Amino acid sequence: MEETKKKSDQSSTHKIGIYLWIWGLLFVLSFFSYLVDWYQFQGLLRWSLILFFMFLKAGLIMAFFMHLYWERYALVNVLLWPMTAIVCFVALMVAEGKYTLFSRLFYFFVGG
Amino acid sequence: MSDPKIEGFELEKGFRGMAKDTGSDQTMFKGVHWGKAMMWIFLLSDTFVFSCFLIAYMKGRASTPVEWPNPSEVFALDAFGVPVPLLLIALMTFVLITSSGTMALAVKYGYERNRKMCGYLILATALGGLTFVGMQAYEWSKLIHEGVRPWENPFGAAQFGSFFFMITGFHGTHVSIGVIFLFIYCYKVFAGHYDEGKRGWFTKMRGDYVEVEILGLYWHFVDLVWVFIFAFFYLW
Repeated sequence: MEETKKKSDQSSTHKIGIYLWIWGLLFVLSFFSYLVDWYQFQGLLRWSLILFFMFLKAGLIMAFFMHLYWERYALVNVLLWPMTAIVCFVALMVAEGKYTLFSRLFYFFVGG
Repeated sequence: MSDPKIEGFELEKGFRGMAKDTGSDQTMFKGVHWGKAMMWIFLLSDTFVFSCFLIAYMKGRASTPVEWPNPSEVFALDAFGVPVPLLLIALMTFVLITSSGTMALAVKYGYERNRKMCGYLILATALGGLTFVGMQAYEWSKLIHEGVRPWENPFGAAQFGSFFFMITGFHGTHVSIGVIFLFIYCYKVFAGHYDEGKRGWFTKMRGDYVEVEILGLYWHFVDLVWVFIFAFFYLW
């Protein structure tokens, strides 16, 4: 037993409770996001609820299951900043999509 | 996993620590196994691939003048004669989250050198992944029978099929590869390769339970991508 202890002390482990809590939370959040469809919420309420539950779930998985909460900032920042760039890309493509739709409607149906 | 300890040397925390780590002449990721750092870099590149798919889907859906098929009806499943919206997708979500939870516990027990618990939990994770792939195969064949093709479908905008097969197919491939590796690592754990420090096939690196954590990162990433696909493709 003493030997086992010595071997494992290079990487301390976390209590089982935290994993079970996150696990339960993920179940509850998935259930809530399913309810969004079940009750057929529409429009802005639907989209904001979907995004809220999605980001909460993604954050919990990354922070605790993937251990990012306990990692040093050098690693965390290398991962999170490129993802911020993706968000900018999404914003650009939203504008682009609207423009494409506008020109399609304009040229296909109005006739230019 | 947590803050590394280097004798006679205090590592700073927070952003100052980040600046010092980045500027130091040795390793940048202090206390992070190189395999883990490489897995993170791979996952970051994979994030870009999946983002490109999802952004292409968003742009395709936003720019078509034809009405988009209602996913709530397309993916409905009959339960006792009543169509329940998104039933199969909800079940798939719960199966994948369950397998993610067992994987997280496998990593924990691995670091505690509890060989049996770690092995059984990896086995449970692999079976969960297998269930997920099976349900996805069922979903694909159901939609193909209903006439959904990458170029046309009976429900609405023609782009729906190509985005559906591309995105869920790529995710399913990731799950399948993950399941194969889970079975391999399950064998390696039970055989005690990580307790003895046995060397791997392609590397001289001695086996260590950090490999279970690296596999776990991949598996959680697969779950993470599903969170986004579930939100954007099935719920939106």
